[in-house]
Amino acid sequence: MDTKSIVYIALFAALTAALGLMPPISFAGLGLPPITAQSLGVMLAGAVAGPRRGGLAMLLFIVLVAAGLPLLAGGRGGIGVFLGASGGFLLAWPLCAALIGVLVQARPDASFVTLALAIGLGGLVLMYACGIPWMAFVGKLGLSKSLAIMVAYVPGDLVKVVLATLIVRGLRRAYPTL
Amino acid sequence: MLDLYFPGTSFLHRMSPGPKMLTLMVAATLLFINESLVLTVGALVIVLALYPVAGLTMQQAWKQIRPLLWIFGLFFALQWWFSGLTLAAYVVLRLAALILLASLVTLTTRSSDMIETMTRALGFLRPLGVNPAKVGLAISLALRFIPVLAQITQEVREAQKARGLERSVIAVAMPVAIRTLKMADDISDAIESRGYRS
Amino acid sequence: MIEIDNVTLAYGDRTVLRDISLSLSEKRIAIIGANGSGKSSFARLLNGLALPSAGAVRVDGQDTRTHGKDVRRKVGFVFQNPDNQIVFPVVEEDLAFGMKNLGFSKEDIARNTTDILERYNMSDLREHPAHLLSGGQKQLLAISGVLVMQPDYVVLDEPTTLLDLRNKRRITRAIEALEQTVILASHDLDLLRDFDRVIVFDEGRVIADDRPEIAIPIYVDRMS
Ligand SMILES: Nc1ncnc2c1ncn2[C@@H]1O[C@H](COP(=O)(O)OP(=O)(O)O)[C@@H](O)[C@H]1O
Ligand SMILES: [Mg+2]
Repeated sequence: MDTKSIVYIALFAALTAALGLMPPISFAGLGLPPITAQSLGVMLAGAVAGPRRGGLAMLLFIVLVAAGLPLLAGGRGGIGVFLGASGGFLLAWPLCAALIGVLVQARPDASFVTLALAIGLGGLVLMYACGIPWMAFVGKLGLSKSLAIMVAYVPGDLVKVVLATLIVRGLRRAYPTL
Repeated sequence: MLDLYFPGTSFLHRMSPGPKMLTLMVAATLLFINESLVLTVGALVIVLALYPVAGLTMQQAWKQIRPLLWIFGLFFALQWWFSGLTLAAYVVLRLAALILLASLVTLTTRSSDMIETMTRALGFLRPLGVNPAKVGLAISLALRFIPVLAQITQEVREAQKARGLERSVIAVAMPVAIRTLKMADDISDAIESRGYRS
Repeated sequence: MIEIDNVTLAYGDRTVLRDISLSLSEKRIAIIGANGSGKSSFARLLNGLALPSAGAVRVDGQDTRTHGKDVRRKVGFVFQNPDNQIVFPVVEEDLAFGMKNLGFSKEDIARNTTDILERYNMSDLREHPAHLLSGGQKQLLAISGVLVMQPDYVVLDEPTTLLDLRNKRRITRAIEALEQTVILASHDLDLLRDFDRVIVFDEGRVIADDRPEIAIPIYVDRMS
């Protein structure tokens, strides 16, 4: 692995930690749970750094969280977060970033909708596909009830997909070589 | 960097991270396998008893659980409604025991020790092409640049405040991401000009 | 001696340095020029960070293209922004990085670290987190990280641009005291009045190459 890749892996892990410092966007008016900007890091890592670098960046991030650094939004961290109800979502981050990276690389000249689709498949569909079964397991809930809980998060996560898509397109304008 | 470690001299503090992690994994697996409410309550009591043993307070234990209260409440309500009180209590108490136990490991282990143990354990993956030295460099770089990017994020938010945009995700995340990409090239150059051969 | 032999440097189809031939042997050499005139690109050629698109750069006879490792060992490089050059979280870890890469022994690493921190009055910062240093301390740490590798040449790319006046002076004194050959890209004309040679770049070409009292006015003239 070349130096540039090591640097990208470290910086996208650090960027994800920094995004956790943004205050959560509240949808309380609609009675929906607030969303944090942090999982944008997953989408940006995959779409901008590529499948390998992006996936490893997210792996590094969760390793640092597991090691006890309070890098998750709200200053949370440690091994406990992986055993809790949302552990599956977190553990999925490397896979999600890698999938986004693969999809985005396959269509370098993607339109807004195609790009959003790629980011949504990795950052929402795959993340839910990993997170919901884990939630069902720790809560002994069964898939359908877990899925029902997550419905409340879908609007917020869709917003994030759109934001990530806008940011990736902006970055490409600033850095045409990406 | 600031970690979640709480200094102390208990046997949990002195135990090395590897065995501590293994013990946690075994205990977590047992908790998942076990179906009995009584055993779960017993486990929770033991875990809670370990907090004072490790020089930690009940407030610290409570702090681990508090952010999860709403999900506990939700799980409890759903299980109660669909499957009855026993299962509801079992599910929530099991989750509490798991999280308190894992937090006990986190609170009594320096993140630097944990990282060192994990990097050393990676030596076993060498045949798969994993190079522990490179992993170590990536970890150090991340620890170095987390505070740098955190500060840049803060600066950008303050700059956008003047325009009323400090809560706009795009107006903050975009400049921070651009700075990140710009830094990446310079950092790679700096590493290579200091004799690093990848 | 560093020889630049008919060098052209292009990024893609954009030529940023054209047909440059220079022989650098003085102890103190400054590179000045407007933003975008090619100073950084030129500096990066000197330690092989950038390789010429045409022509050759040789350091003590070694081509940067074929002897990259040796050249980087000989030519230390200090960047404009120390934040991007300090790559380890703690001061002493960062100082050790370059020395480890060159295979220094543990004892040498420890001794060089102690010496350099003493030299810049930073001994109490040995175990300090790098991100808590002041701007001037960061730049001194960046310079130290290069010096502990014991290079023969030190290339500095606008090392004072991001600093306040007081720290600028501190870095200026540090540069003046270097025993190595110094090649300095800068806008800071005060810094280079006592230099042996000043090379003025404009749009990727050398437009003046002389003693400071002759070259600086040409630059000032071009800027106004
Ligand atoms: N990596 C790069 N890719 C493309 N163009 C570059 C790159 N680096 C520098 N340039 C261009 O080369 C020119 C010279 O830049 P530089 O050497 O940084 O000048 P200076 O240091 O004097 O400001 C500028 O026009 C700049 O935009
Ligand atoms: Mg420059």
